[in-house]
Amino acid sequence: MSIPADLKYTPSHEWVRVEADGTLTVGITHHAQELLGDMVFVESPATGRALAKGEECAVVESVKAASDVYAPVAGEVVAANGEVESSPESVNQDAYAAWLFKLKPANPADIDALLDAAAYQKLVESEAH
Amino acid sequence: MLKQTPLNATHRELGARMVDFGGWDMPVNYGSQIEEHHAVRTGCGLFDVSHMLPLDVRGENARAFLSRLLANDVAKLQVSGKALYSCMLNEAGGVIDDLIVYFMDERWFRVVANAGCADKDLAWMEKMNAAWGLGVTLTPRRDLAMIAIQGPDATRVLNHALPGVDGLTATLKPFTAAAMGEMFIARTGYTGEDGFEAMVLAKAAPFFWRALMEAGGRPIGLGARDTLRLEAGMNLYGQDMDETANPLESGLAWTVDLKTERDFVGRSALEASEITKQLVGLVLVDRGVLRSHQKVHTKHGDGEITSGTFSPTMQQSIALARIPLGIAPGDEVEVEIRDKRLQARVVKYPFVRNGKILI
Repeated sequence: MSIPADLKYTPSHEWVRVEADGTLTVGITHHAQELLGDMVFVESPATGRALAKGEECAVVESVKAASDVYAPVAGEVVAANGEVESSPESVNQDAYAAWLFKLKPANPADIDALLDAAAYQKLVESEAH
Repeated sequence: MLKQTPLNATHRELGARMVDFGGWDMPVNYGSQIEEHHAVRTGCGLFDVSHMLPLDVRGENARAFLSRLLANDVAKLQVSGKALYSCMLNEAGGVIDDLIVYFMDERWFRVVANAGCADKDLAWMEKMNAAWGLGVTLTPRRDLAMIAIQGPDATRVLNHALPGVDGLTATLKPFTAAAMGEMFIARTGYTGEDGFEAMVLAKAAPFFWRALMEAGGRPIGLGARDTLRLEAGMNLYGQDMDETANPLESGLAWTVDLKTERDFVGRSALEASEITKQLVGLVLVDRGVLRSHQKVHTKHGDGEITSGTFSPTMQQSIALARIPLGIAPGDEVEVEIRDKRLQARVVKYPFVRNGKILI
C-alpha cells in the first residue's frame, strides 16, 4: 500500500501536501483511486472559490462510479490542475503526482487536525474489514 | 455469508478485486476495467457467469408451459438448440425477469435466469406449474458452472482449449446451442461480440477456465461486462426494467409477441396499458459521465437515465434512458448532473457491435 509519510490525509481519502509557501496541494489517495478503478472524468474547483472545511469541491469519476472530493480545511482555491482534467487516467498512474487543486488555508492551524500517514494507514486497514 | 461460484478460488488466485454482487462474491475486475473492456472488443475475454441459474424444464407439456409463461413465443423454437430471449411477466405486465430459453427437444427446454432473480423465478414457475396442472419438472442446475467466452478470438480460444470442438464451433449458428452430456455450448453472450456461453459441471470449471486462459482468453470482471453490454445496447434487469416497468416502455417490444392469440401471463395488462415512454440511447455532448437515475429534460417532459457509463470504445459517455414518446434520434435533451444541466443527443442504439461504433 502506498501512503507517503510526508503527506497529511483526511478520512475521506484526500491527501494534502503542505508547500513551503503555506499553500496546500490536494489530491485523492492511491487507496481511493484503487477503490474507484479507471478514472474517466475529473472536475476541479474554480480558482478563487472560497471553501468551507468538508465542502464538496471536486469530482472524480471512474467507469464504475462518481466520487466527491472534499475540502480538507477551509480556504481559498488558488490553482486547479487542468492537466488532470484532460487526462483523468493520470490519477490511476500516480495518485500523488496527479493533484486536483491548491488551497490557501484560512487558518494554518487547521492543518494539525489532519491525519498523519500512520493514522491514515490504520483507517484504511479498518475499512478493509 | 456471500455465495461463491465454483471459480471463486481461481479469481482470488488471479488477484481479482471481489465485490458483493447481489449476494454473490464476484470479480469486478482483475486490474484495469478499461483494458478488460478493450480485450473483449479486440481479442477474447472470459467471464464467470456461474451466478446465473440454468433451470431445466422437462416433461411432455414443457412447450405448453413456456408458451403461457413467457412473453415471447416459444413456437419460434423449432430446431433443436435454438435460443429465444424473453421476458417473464407478472399479471400486471411487469417484468419478473428476462431470460434466455433454449429448446433442446420436446421434453427438454433450458432457461437461464439472472442471479438476483433466480429464487423468485423458480418460486413463480413452480406456482404457475401447480396452477396450470401441466406437470412439468423444474430443476435448478446449481451443479453447473457457466463461462462466457467472448470476442473476435473466441472461436480460436475455445477450439484450442477444447480439442475436437472445432467441428461444432464452425457450424454453431448465433443464438443456438448444443449439448454433449453435461457440457452445453451456446453461441450467445452479453457483449455485442461473437462468442460462446459454455456450461460445464461445477468441478470441471477451474480446469476449463485455466485451459481457456492458456489458449489466450483474458479474465474479465463484472465491471467490463456492464460497459460492454451497455455499448451493445442490451438491457440490464433491475436497471433498465424490473417488476414495475412496462416492457413496451423498456425497449423490449420486439420480445413481446402479440401477433398470435396466444394467452400468456401479463398479456391483458400490457394490451390495456397506455404507452407514454420509450427507451432511447443518449450520447453526452458535454464533458461528464451519465449515470442511472439522472433526470432527463426533454421538450415533451422529463425522463430518467436507466443505465449510464463512460464508453471505453467511443471515449465518451453513453446511456439508456426512459423518456417521453415523441422525442426522436437526433433530438437534443438535457441531463441533470449534480447542479448542472448538460447537453445530450438522442441516438438509436446499439452503440457498438462487433468492435464497430455504430453511432
